[in-house]
Amino acid sequence: MKKEGKKKLFYGSAGNYSVTTISLTAHACTGQFVVDKFNMAKVSKKKVNKKNLKKSFELTDESATVNEHVVYDDDEEEQELNEADENITSEEEEYGCEDDRKRQKLLEAISALGGKRKKRLGERSEAAVQMSEFTVNAEGEGDKIDLSDLIGTMDKTPAISAKTKNRLRKLQKSKKTIECPLSKQETERIQRDVAFQKAATEVSRWDGIIKQNQRAEQLVFPVNQEPSGPKPMERVVTSWKAQTPLEQEIFALLSANKQPITDPILTPTETASLKAMSLEEAKIRRAELQKARALQSYYEAKARRERKIKSKKYHKVHNKDKRKVFLKQFDEMVKTDPAAALEELNKMELARMQERMSLKHQNSGKWAKSKAVMAKYDEGARKAMQQQLEVNKELTQKLITSLNNEEEEEGVDVEVMPDFVNDAEQGLDSSNPWMRGKLSEDHTEKEISDIVDLSAEGAGVAENTAEEEEDTEKVEETEEEALLREFDSRRKLRQAQEADVVPVIGVDGEEEEEEVVVENKSAAEELDASDKEAEELTEFTSLFRGIAEQAEAAADASPSDTKTQLDEGLMRIKTLEDVELLSQEESAPEIASVQPQPSPATENLPHATQQGGKNRKRKRGIELKEVLTKETKVIQVPLAPTVEDKEDSDENLDQRGLIKEAFAGDDVISDFLRDKRKQEDAGKPKVVDLTLPGWGEWGGMGLKVSRNKRRRFRIKTAPPPPRKDERLPSVIISERKNSSISLHQVNSLPFPFENHSQFESIICSPVGRTWNTERTVKRVTKPKVVTRLGAIIEPMAREELMRDKNHGSAGNAK
Amino acid sequence: MKVKVLSRNPDDYVRETKLDIQRVPRNYDPTLHPFEVTREYTRALNATKLERVFAKPFLASLDGHRDGVNCMAKHTKSLSTLLSGSCDGEVKVWNLTKHECVRTLQAHEGFVRGMVVRYCGASFFTVGDDKTIKQWKMEAMGYGEEEVPLNTILGKTVFTGLDHHQKDGVFATCGQQVDIWDEQRSSPIRSFTWGVDSFSCVRFNPVETELLGSCASDRSIVLYDMRESMPLKKVIMTMRSNTLCWNPMEAYYFTCSNEDYNLYTYDMRYLQRPVTVHMDHVSAVLDVDYSPTGKEFVSASFDKTVRIFLKDGGHSREVYHTKRMQHVICVKWSADSKYIMSGSDEMNIRLWKANAAEKLGVLAPRERQAANYSQKLKEKFQHHPQIRRIARHRHLPKNIYHQTKELRIMKEARSRKERNVRKHSKPGTIPVVSEKEKHVVTVVQ
Repeated sequence: MKKEGKKKLFYGSAGNYSVTTISLTAHACTGQFVVDKFNMAKVSKKKVNKKNLKKSFELTDESATVNEHVVYDDDEEEQELNEADENITSEEEEYGCEDDRKRQKLLEAISALGGKRKKRLGERSEAAVQMSEFTVNAEGEGDKIDLSDLIGTMDKTPAISAKTKNRLRKLQKSKKTIECPLSKQETERIQRDVAFQKAATEVSRWDGIIKQNQRAEQLVFPVNQEPSGPKPMERVVTSWKAQTPLEQEIFALLSANKQPITDPILTPTETASLKAMSLEEAKIRRAELQKARALQSYYEAKARRERKIKSKKYHKVHNKDKRKVFLKQFDEMVKTDPAAALEELNKMELARMQERMSLKHQNSGKWAKSKAVMAKYDEGARKAMQQQLEVNKELTQKLITSLNNEEEEEGVDVEVMPDFVNDAEQGLDSSNPWMRGKLSEDHTEKEISDIVDLSAEGAGVAENTAEEEEDTEKVEETEEEALLREFDSRRKLRQAQEADVVPVIGVDGEEEEEEVVVENKSAAEELDASDKEAEELTEFTSLFRGIAEQAEAAADASPSDTKTQLDEGLMRIKTLEDVELLSQEESAPEIASVQPQPSPATENLPHATQQGGKNRKRKRGIELKEVLTKETKVIQVPLAPTVEDKEDSDENLDQRGLIKEAFAGDDVISDFLRDKRKQEDAGKPKVVDLTLPGWGEWGGMGLKVSRNKRRRFRIKTAPPPPRKDERLPSVIISERKNSSISLHQVNSLPFPFENHSQFESIICSPVGRTWNTERTVKRVTKPKVVTRLGAIIEPMAREELMRDKNHGSAGNAK
Repeated sequence: MKVKVLSRNPDDYVRETKLDIQRVPRNYDPTLHPFEVTREYTRALNATKLERVFAKPFLASLDGHRDGVNCMAKHTKSLSTLLSGSCDGEVKVWNLTKHECVRTLQAHEGFVRGMVVRYCGASFFTVGDDKTIKQWKMEAMGYGEEEVPLNTILGKTVFTGLDHHQKDGVFATCGQQVDIWDEQRSSPIRSFTWGVDSFSCVRFNPVETELLGSCASDRSIVLYDMRESMPLKKVIMTMRSNTLCWNPMEAYYFTCSNEDYNLYTYDMRYLQRPVTVHMDHVSAVLDVDYSPTGKEFVSASFDKTVRIFLKDGGHSREVYHTKRMQHVICVKWSADSKYIMSGSDEMNIRLWKANAAEKLGVLAPRERQAANYSQKLKEKFQHHPQIRRIARHRHLPKNIYHQTKELRIMKEARSRKERNVRKHSKPGTIPVVSEKEKHVVTVVQ
């Protein structure tokens, strides 16, 4: 069947072909026939095929041989046929026209058949409303249209003005191409984007209302309910009119006087005022005004009272106070608002100038003269005059602004500095004699209190004093009287001491030491003071060194005392460690330079420094230990035990001791044990005493509760099950956690809460009527959304937005 | 000797009239009312239990359709009227208070695809498979009169959905394109297309009344402005959305029901990711409708359940199902926010309470107070495990239960796999994609 069909097709195609070829050749005679045939072919494909078949048999023999090689696709053939049909049907009406035209048409048709096969687009077999934009073909495709073709007609038409013609001509000449417009997709996209932005902004207006509703404690739906209750007549009956003459008269009067007719009985002005200010605002404003008025009256009353006070002293003090306050303000003003301050300053300057120019307060007035007469006898008059002069002085005093003050203050600071430094140092180390004590005043006192000296020491001391004297001379030349006086007094004292000292021999060593120390120190400090400059420590020490040398030299004279003093010094060292530390500190450079060997005269010095050094050393040692807590590492290296190691081990020992010392307070293990015991005790059952005095027996002071009763009413609870950590010495397992309760407890913080306390506070505050007043309960328990039964809830309306806006603007106005 | 007598002011304890309630003097000293937390906890627990006891949401079943109920429409002015269209082209008007059908009319040949009541409530529109839009009078015809539509528009293609403007005589249909029609004209005043596809649903924004949203079959949701000539924006998701519904109180939020068992709430300004993903259904979600308060919405699913979601809740607060209810095709929330209507495959319309345990009818003041108090207590103690357990317990049909479990396992497995892949790949190559971002393919401008 299929095969047969194919064969048929093949023949059909062959026939078709043959028809065309023949029509070309033998057109004149059979042209009519061919056209006829084609017309028939239009009717149905099958028929056409058949007929073609017949014709092929009728016509040529040789064509069969040629056409056997040509095999066409079924579709193509169909298409060709269709094309042919179309071309020919158009000519069908002019059936009996000239042959020429027909021939032409036929030729065209044939050429179309033979020529390049253009696949025609734009035909769709499926029924669809929409055609794709991509498959559109224009009629007259291929013909190019020039601009000249379009403009060509312009010249001929007279209606077109010359101007346009010119422009068009120019346009024709210009070679510039216009930018091609954006593609449809792109323009659409841009349009969409713009439209969306517009819609989004429009919708965003609702943000405020939506947020507000989300946050609202209670929402009532439908949104804009009419208030229940009776409505005013005017609203219900809208078309009511004044009818009777009386009514008309009344209404005419009302309207003439701009009086209200409808329900809110307010005149236009009243409504305007209401609009201008809400009740709350008005209340607040009134309260403010009241307060202001009250304050004003208080102040007035006060001022009146004050003005009535006759006491001059009061006013004077008052004025002084005022001035003080003003000065303070002025100082501040200088900092904050210099311009205003300058103005004030100018004002004051002006006042001063006036004061200086005038003779007021100069004791030259009538009153002053009269007083002057009296002054000899009357103390009051003298005082009054004095006061006036004081006033004058005050007023004419040149103002010292803070700007000027600064320099002076600096100067003062320079003076103050050394004292300050000394004070600070004093607190540092009490054992260091150089750090101990204050400025020379103390020393003078001390010197007065213990007038002690050594005969041997005399020379050194003398030297010291000589030095001092030199210094003081300088001081006298340059510096202030107070100091001078001080030094003078001290010098005198010294001289007196020296004079006294000579006979006194063989006093306690310690006292000597102190004396010497004091001497040295005083010397140094006096130097310090005399220089009047902040001396650096180095200078201080160098000076001190010199003094120490002198002391040494002096000490050589009396070597006998040294031993006892040294012993004493050793006595203070209590442990071996201290000794070690001592040896270490001896190696310390500072002190070595100061004192290579303990000398008898200044033996206290090294000792003191030793002590001081000791303290320092100890501190440093602790620090070292803190750094070197990795002692285990050192121990773990047994190879090559060097001297250093040995020292280390020693140090380690020390460290351990020190660490123990350092952490003496916190014993972790015993703490833990104590904790555990505490917990165990807490878990033990307690005896509950329910005995009540006076029940069942006599009560009163000093009476004991009977044993029987006690036995009965002291309740012992059963011992709890053994603790879980009973056998575990190093563990505490809490017994407090109760699994049966935890089943009912919230085990994680719920979402909106940020911390436990928030949640707990919410849970712990009761809401019921048992604990709260009726109103509170109502407020707390009011539902979040309220709807009315049987009311249709309309969607949010645009009017809401407007209302909200109005509210917002009103709020802003506030 | 002076005798002191106890004296009381009768105003403190005497009623003004006999009809007043007795004055009860109260002492709010906290020491007199100990154990407040525990007592309230017990009350809360009892309230929760009672709520579960009283939770009987099913009110009535309206039967009468001879084919599956395909669409429903609420009356805009009457609470007791409901319209429904079935798959055989029949439209029924129901009286909900009497639970009876008041009017039946053969509107279309084939499905009634969409239905909407005009904003005035005087007439309603239907679209059907027969390519027509018909406008009908709301009032029933007189006895013996034939049911004739007020107006019929013949379209070129099948219409699949319909919605009416909130205030104007304008309605929108969807099919091969979204058309905006003037009621007075027989041809659309505007048509929107964006690629060739078919739309399943179109809805007007009830607040910003010129905006529309539609669900297309190419898995996209398209937004329009009636005044513009172009659509606004389109978001393409992983699966097709069936319907969408705008929040009636919040202008820019809408929720769409999706084929992937979820619902998505979008902010129309930010379509890149949904605001919330609502999960719980175990089959395609077919319809969604907002409560008129805008706080909750209800969804109907192919899994034979109706679920109620809070608008910002990821999971449902309630699930409704009955043994006989088949695939739920359409669902509506009544205009007073008290009831839910669901139309399903097995030709029935069911009426549910929106709050399962709520007492219907007027409440006495004391009753209302008690209800408010217990509601507050439930809210207060909602995080406590025992209360939560009871409050959240729902009975589910076996197959849904198992399917839920299965889905959960699948989800876990997927996330586990993703985690493992991430673990064994170069850090940063596999980004963590949140659940919200997962379902949006792209946003087209």
